Amino acid sequence: MDPVYIARHPAAAWRRLEDEVIVISASDSSLFTLNEVAAEIWECADGRTPLAEIVAQHIVTRYDVGFDEAYSDARELVEQLAGKGILIVSGEPITGGDGR
Amino acid sequence: MSRLLGEVHEKALRLGIPWNVHLDLTWRCNLRCVHCYLVQREGPELKLEEVSRVLEELAACGTLFLCLSGGEVMLREDLFDIMERARRLNFYITVKTNGTMLEAEAVRRLAELNVARVDVSLYSHQPEIHDAVTQAPGSFARTMAAVRELTSRGVKVQISHVLMRQAAASYTEVRRLAAELGATYKLDATITPRLDGNAGVLRLNVPDAIWREIYNDPELVGPLMPDSPRSAPSALAELPCSAGHTACYISPFGDVYPCVQFPLRLGNVREQSFEKIWRESPALLRWRAVRNADLVVCRTCELHNVCSRCPGLAYMEGDLLGPSRLDCEKAYARTGLRPAPLAE
Ligand code: SF4
Ligand code: SF4
Repeated sequence: MDPVYIARHPAAAWRRLEDEVIVISASDSSLFTLNEVAAEIWECADGRTPLAEIVAQHIVTRYDVGFDEAYSDARELVEQLAGKGILIVSGEPITGGDGR
Repeated sequence: MSRLLGEVHEKALRLGIPWNVHLDLTWRCNLRCVHCYLVQREGPELKLEEVSRVLEELAACGTLFLCLSGGEVMLREDLFDIMERARRLNFYITVKTNGTMLEAEAVRRLAELNVARVDVSLYSHQPEIHDAVTQAPGSFARTMAAVRELTSRGVKVQISHVLMRQAAASYTEVRRLAAELGATYKLDATITPRLDGNAGVLRLNVPDAIWREIYNDPELVGPLMPDSPRSAPSALAELPCSAGHTACYISPFGDVYPCVQFPLRLGNVREQSFEKIWRESPALLRWRAVRNADLVVCRTCELHNVCSRCPGLAYMEGDLLGPSRLDCEKAYARTGLRPAPLAE
């Protein structure tokens, strides 16, 4: 499995509201709400931690789900968020995201 | 407001989050606009480290939308340090400025910091009229140059057009100018009293005929009766407005108020944490208990659905729970129906 790194886009503004994360893109003001699992992944998106590690440590341990299923859902999620322009996804560690 | 934004706003209200904060970093200004509502005040502005602490407290309280303003915000030499810290705390930042000090390097920094929008004040499409309002010859040209630089760098710009008697009919032209510049347009048709209650500047308000025109232009004010926010079944609809519920204002000296246009002092961030003021200020708790049903005159006014009654203006006029005559006049201009306070 090739490593995947994720970083919050530097133009994303965001805040946690209870179990959700609200993200708003400063470039086009579009607004997103991330549910509990997506919010966990979002908060771990520092550009340095591989997605597989995020899933193993933060999703599998907390929710009743196997790694393969959780990882495949996480891959789908991060691609969606990348498509919306609020997350950067790369095969290499990322600098310059909001994890700086 | 989009449905999603509305839902998020309701959630912020339920959780007691100061979702929108307007922070003035200075009241100093390089212009001398004739209608300015700020009062001269001596005293030390919050220093960089104090502002940083406040930003951290706001982020911890859940604030997402941060408007940095003044005075002229570009006069703060540490403005970009402040913005950098604010971006690290993931705020959505908008900046209000007169634009006259925004040179290419500053614009480059604003773009680099992903500032979501810059609101630039404009008073006319005619340089001589604009410059007469700002009392600064050449200010129109400098502001225009800044707007062009911002849009060329991809920074979103909103032209905030304060309409006043000197240029009463100019909103169509200013709206056109904004479109040509690639900026959005926001009309502010009401000159409000100074924060110390001095109402002398109200003479600068446009004549009633112009108000009538503006308040009947659906492109400027939206549809008249249907879908009024006041008629929507929501917790927000029960409240006079968002001030002090999901929004607040912090002055350059650290004083906290429900809104920039609502000078009910709640506390000072030099003396208490922002969170303590937001959660415990007695003045704020009293204000938060007010519902539309408590507004003595307005609750029975047949125009309440079209009226944008501002409690801050009512407070400055002397009665927090009473009508605001300025809003009565606007509602009258909009509908042709005379609300009770104007009949007296
Ligand atoms: S209605 Fe008045 S007090 Fe309320 S948010 Fe608007 S300007 Fe502020
Ligand atoms: S028109 Fe005047 S009395 Fe009627 S709701 Fe507005 S402020 Fe109150």
